[in-house]
Amino acid sequence: MSILAYNGGSVVAMKGKNCVAIATDLRFGVQAQTITTDFERVFEVGPHLYIGLPGLVTDTQTVLQRLKFRIKMYEMREGRKVKPRTLMAMVQNLLYERRFGPYFVEPVIAGLDPVTKDPYICALDLIGCPCEPADFVVSGTSSESLYGMCETTWREDLEPDDLFECIGQSLINAFDRDALSGWGAVVHVIEEDKVTTRHIKSRMD
Amino acid sequence: MPRARKTGTTIAGIVFKDGVVLGADTRATEGDTVADKNCSKIHYLQPNMYCCGAGTAADLEMTTALMASQLELHRLNTNRQVPVVAANRMLKQMLFRYQGHIGAALVLGGVDKNGFHIYSIHPHGSTDRLPYTTMGSGSLAAMSVFEARWKPDMELEEAKQLVRDAIAGGVFNDLGSGSNIDLCVITKDGANMIRPYDVANIKGERLGKYEYKRGTTDATKIVRPIIVESQSVKMSRCVLSSAACKFFKENPGSATGSFTPGPRDFSATDRDDLLPNIGVTSLGRT
Repeated sequence: MSILAYNGGSVVAMKGKNCVAIATDLRFGVQAQTITTDFERVFEVGPHLYIGLPGLVTDTQTVLQRLKFRIKMYEMREGRKVKPRTLMAMVQNLLYERRFGPYFVEPVIAGLDPVTKDPYICALDLIGCPCEPADFVVSGTSSESLYGMCETTWREDLEPDDLFECIGQSLINAFDRDALSGWGAVVHVIEEDKVTTRHIKSRMD
Repeated sequence: MPRARKTGTTIAGIVFKDGVVLGADTRATEGDTVADKNCSKIHYLQPNMYCCGAGTAADLEMTTALMASQLELHRLNTNRQVPVVAANRMLKQMLFRYQGHIGAALVLGGVDKNGFHIYSIHPHGSTDRLPYTTMGSGSLAAMSVFEARWKPDMELEEAKQLVRDAIAGGVFNDLGSGSNIDLCVITKDGANMIRPYDVANIKGERLGKYEYKRGTTDATKIVRPIIVESQSVKMSRCVLSSAACKFFKENPGSATGSFTPGPRDFSATDRDDLLPNIGVTSLGRT
């Protein structure tokens, strides 16, 4: 089994009309044994900016700490907040520095550009190759099922409430077919003036 | 072992009468999964030089970015256009140093004072200078097209069509390649990136909607409005709402006045003239 699937977990992000959504499951396990069911792997790193770090949880935490350090250094040096695109470059460099001994995480970034308010989503592989599509990105142990769900349910210009239904149902139905993900989900819908965080009940098996 | 994203790819380049044409497909794969349906595989090196990449996607991205930076410094130091041989030499020496562990297979194309050049560069550092070449998992399909139809001194349109057909050979016959066809034409007048040159595969239009009605998903909800963030003392500039800017403008020197933040206005961001000369007021998140 791949080390990326040791702890389980999935993240998905989608673009909507003037909004983005990012969602994660809540399971933290060690192979088949579930340890906790309140482990959020999506983190707020700016006022309109979230990053999901599915993969090996020890690396999730290390990468988050190192990233927060770099973000703070950037903000002190530049005197401004990081933009989503800048965060992507930061994560890309962080991961590629470990090209031959990588962190086992596959990050997903979702946010709004602080100046233009353009929705931004991005997924990187474990050595930092970015992918910035126009629709959605998936990552984690149920990524294959997520591709299937998102490819059918996603449409252009979804309003925030519709985007929530779309991403919520995509994630739940995808991870119900994955033994390593599930046990509840959290969805953040990021808009210009607010962030709506919803906890979704799901199967607990 | 975890899989890094690879570009099972078809890339190609040819020399024609007035320059070179580079071509690439736009599929990125992770194992058997299509990870990106429209990625860009033709990378910028210099205004007179571009480079197609096949192999590990992150390596290609970082290698070409590093090379673009080094070539620009070289151009500035020597105060002349960098010749294509120099780029070829720098790339092969870097790849050889890494003994093939940087999984980058490249087709380098460019125009300089010595003429038109296409190089193919292998991950271990060996290179060939050729009039036409292909690389990636679809290289055999593309090369069969070149072997049948390439000839010296082709016209521009004929050359573009030939490269398109070669990449299309990879797109339709190699599972690792797919989606669209990108081209880059480089002549002595400069480079012209055409992305996409040809959309070889159009997705069918979905007639129905798979739509979840609002309220389908049962969830507990927390709405947290984003109100103006205060800045830490160490920052030199503030991000303030227009209302805050107005307040501080009207009340110069007031760092403690009562102020109710309105919705955040980013148009005020990065404008020093709007920022009051104050210590930091904590506006916080409410």
